[in-house]
Amino acid sequence: MGLKQNLHKLKEKYKGTKMAPAFNAIHTFLYLPNETTHSGGHVRAADDLKRTMNTVIMALVPCLIFGMFNAGYQYHLALGDIQAVSSGFFSSEFWNWDNLVIGLWKVLPLVIVSYGVGLAVEFIFAMIKGHEVEEGYLVTGMLVPLIVPIDIPLWMLTIAVIFGVVIGKEVFGGTGMNILNPALTIRAFLFFAYPTWMSGDKVWVHGAVERVGQPDAISGETILGSLAQSNPAGYDWLDMFYGFIPGSVGETSTLLILLGALFLIYSKIGSWRIMVSAVVGALIMGFIFNSVVDAGIITETSKFYGLMSTEFWQHLIIGGLAFGIVYMATDPVTASQTNKGKWIYGFLIGFISVLIRVFNPAYPEGVMLAILLMNVFAPTIDHYVIQGNIKKRMKRLKVKTA
Amino acid sequence: MGLLSKKDSKLILDPLADDNPITIQVLGICSALAITAQLKASIVMAISVLFVLGVGNVVISLMRNIIPSKIRIIVQLIVVATLVIIVDQVLKAFAYELSKELSVFIGLIITNCIIMGRFEAFALGNGPWRSFLDGIGNAAGYGVILIIVGFFRELLGSGTLLGFKVLGDPIAKTGLYSIGYENNGFMLLSPMALIIVGLIIWVQRSRNKALIEEN
Repeated sequence: MGLKQNLHKLKEKYKGTKMAPAFNAIHTFLYLPNETTHSGGHVRAADDLKRTMNTVIMALVPCLIFGMFNAGYQYHLALGDIQAVSSGFFSSEFWNWDNLVIGLWKVLPLVIVSYGVGLAVEFIFAMIKGHEVEEGYLVTGMLVPLIVPIDIPLWMLTIAVIFGVVIGKEVFGGTGMNILNPALTIRAFLFFAYPTWMSGDKVWVHGAVERVGQPDAISGETILGSLAQSNPAGYDWLDMFYGFIPGSVGETSTLLILLGALFLIYSKIGSWRIMVSAVVGALIMGFIFNSVVDAGIITETSKFYGLMSTEFWQHLIIGGLAFGIVYMATDPVTASQTNKGKWIYGFLIGFISVLIRVFNPAYPEGVMLAILLMNVFAPTIDHYVIQGNIKKRMKRLKVKTA
Repeated sequence: MGLLSKKDSKLILDPLADDNPITIQVLGICSALAITAQLKASIVMAISVLFVLGVGNVVISLMRNIIPSKIRIIVQLIVVATLVIIVDQVLKAFAYELSKELSVFIGLIITNCIIMGRFEAFALGNGPWRSFLDGIGNAAGYGVILIIVGFFRELLGSGTLLGFKVLGDPIAKTGLYSIGYENNGFMLLSPMALIIVGLIIWVQRSRNKALIEEN
């Protein structure tokens, strides 16, 4: 008798008790449920919530693996143990065992804490409320380790995950009812609660914090951080595109994010409308800033010069903008639902991200705040799109009847 | 309670829990968000409102039969403003540092919705003794929430209580800080006050289902 049969039996045994949701969750996570719909017409589709979530996770795995290698690479590079990558994306300086070991050692605990704590909260709520455990945390749990700095203390992550899942999601009624993206709620909580661990030039490379003030101090400023202080970025654009730069764990490689985006669009899980319009929005805002600099309105003495003079397309490959657009902005729950709404929603995310980036160097990662802001406005956008549509059709109706 | 009749004691006790001005009526939120980053400020604010509302209710109640109803709001405003100026001056005279810390928010007691609300809803229609009890009760209900919020925000945000470093010294790394604990800066920002008030509302309503509104 296999595990599946055992789970079936346990499920029958605990039916109607408080523990039932917990068993059901494990069971349906691992196997197809042994129940079929009994009556009524219903939609046949293979992609239930769980499969949707798993597709996104598959799209995230390359970023996670790259993040592990990058964690070790940045560490060894900062210590001077190895040379910078020289031969393109598949350089042996990057893809080697030493780097991976550091990455595994630092990143896996983040993943485990994120999933462990998040799912525990979901289980507790499912038992109190007596509903099935919802799959909503599967993607969030994967996103969270990818958008935090490598050295974030695990207890901070624990508190943030509890906060994000309870305040960001459960109080609104659980998966599908949340207004804000839970992963970004978690990151925003960390950002405002423990700013010293979430920004600055000491948190992006493993080991930098504990070396502060010592002779072997290392520093890994992100590109956005350097530019905000009007220093040169110090990386060429291919490095930025491939992702050999300091940053949050999994958001550095625009190349892999692009692959993930294509996969999400191909599998029709992520909305291409949001992605395209967000990219367009970011490019337009970047272009406006470039024009302002070209026109001589902002000169090198201005504190905005560094970020404003950045080539407009480079905004897409530095910082978390690409990651945010592909994996966060497209969250089907918190994004706009209507097609026209998605264009507006995405465009404003890109537009506002670059705007925040440039004008508020204290919040280097504008994309987090931009997406949270647009999450709040998404229902409003939908409302006006739908009302506009109704009005248009009412007009048509009147013409006919008149 | 031998001193108070059952009806009277209800006036004081109800606002403390099931008819709390902040968590049930959702009034006076603005000051609850603004000044609760420190416990001391919360306590001073609670006492100030207690004074203004207690005395104000009595004054309005005494005058209730001679106030022309057309200008009653103006009369109420004058009464609150007078009392608030008294509080403000007392604080400036005896606790200058604190008064600087609370700055404009003492003056803004005038706009605290709870005060005008109680004047309108209670003092205009009841005798001075009952109005006094009602004022004290509502101000206490307001104060309790303020102190709870202030307690958590100061403890988690600054690691202190009334200025005492109860969790150890964050710079010298003693106490909790020696094992890597850090203050939660988010607690010092107003959104967190809103979230704590929300959590209190949540706890209160899940303990007493009768409070949950139907819609």
